Amino acid sequence: MTDLLPLIVAKYNYWLYVILMMIGLYAMIAKNNLIKKVVGMNIFQTAIILFYVSIGYKKDATIPIIQNAHGGHDAHAAVIHAIDYINPLPHVLMLTAIVVSVATFGVAMALAVRIYQRYQTLEEDELRMRLSE
Amino acid sequence: MYWPIDLIVLTFVILCAIAAISVKDLLGTAILFGAYSFMMCLLWAVMGAVDVAFTEASVGAGVSTVFFVAAVFRTSRRTKDSNF
Repeated sequence: MTDLLPLIVAKYNYWLYVILMMIGLYAMIAKNNLIKKVVGMNIFQTAIILFYVSIGYKKDATIPIIQNAHGGHDAHAAVIHAIDYINPLPHVLMLTAIVVSVATFGVAMALAVRIYQRYQTLEEDELRMRLSE
Repeated sequence: MYWPIDLIVLTFVILCAIAAISVKDLLGTAILFGAYSFMMCLLWAVMGAVDVAFTEASVGAGVSTVFFVAAVFRTSRRTKDSNF
């Protein structure tokens, strides 16, 4: 038990990401309005993206652009150490996830507008009542 | 130098997320969600993921907010949701 507490404190940013994920999950499950549910889904997605981006972070490292890559005056003398650069692989993967998330958001908003045009409501309980009539 | 900025922005992100899902006016949700996306973009810029931050600033804070406001104006602003 005594060695569990430093582990929790040392990874505190991961716990905050989990809190953010749970806020999104709560909004998806418990909110009555359809647009609020979509916002919850987006919060969940961005929390996962944030988690992945934070995995690639290194302390005392710079952004993943290699200096003198196009041939400076001492381009051949410079040795590239991977530890000096943040890992760009999670960034590239999550770039795709952001584009997917905005496409999902647009489709969900279009569906919400169609539902409103047909049933004049966006509340889930009223929709259920209309559908069961 | 890095961690306090990160923690402050992360606190703002969580506060914006809670506010966005608990406010009653849907237009307020749209604005708070835009603020949430922009804070998230700031967080990624701090973490060194500049390409992700660019994309989030244009797509998350820009296009998503436009979609959101357009959808709210075509539907209704009010919600029956209680605060929690």
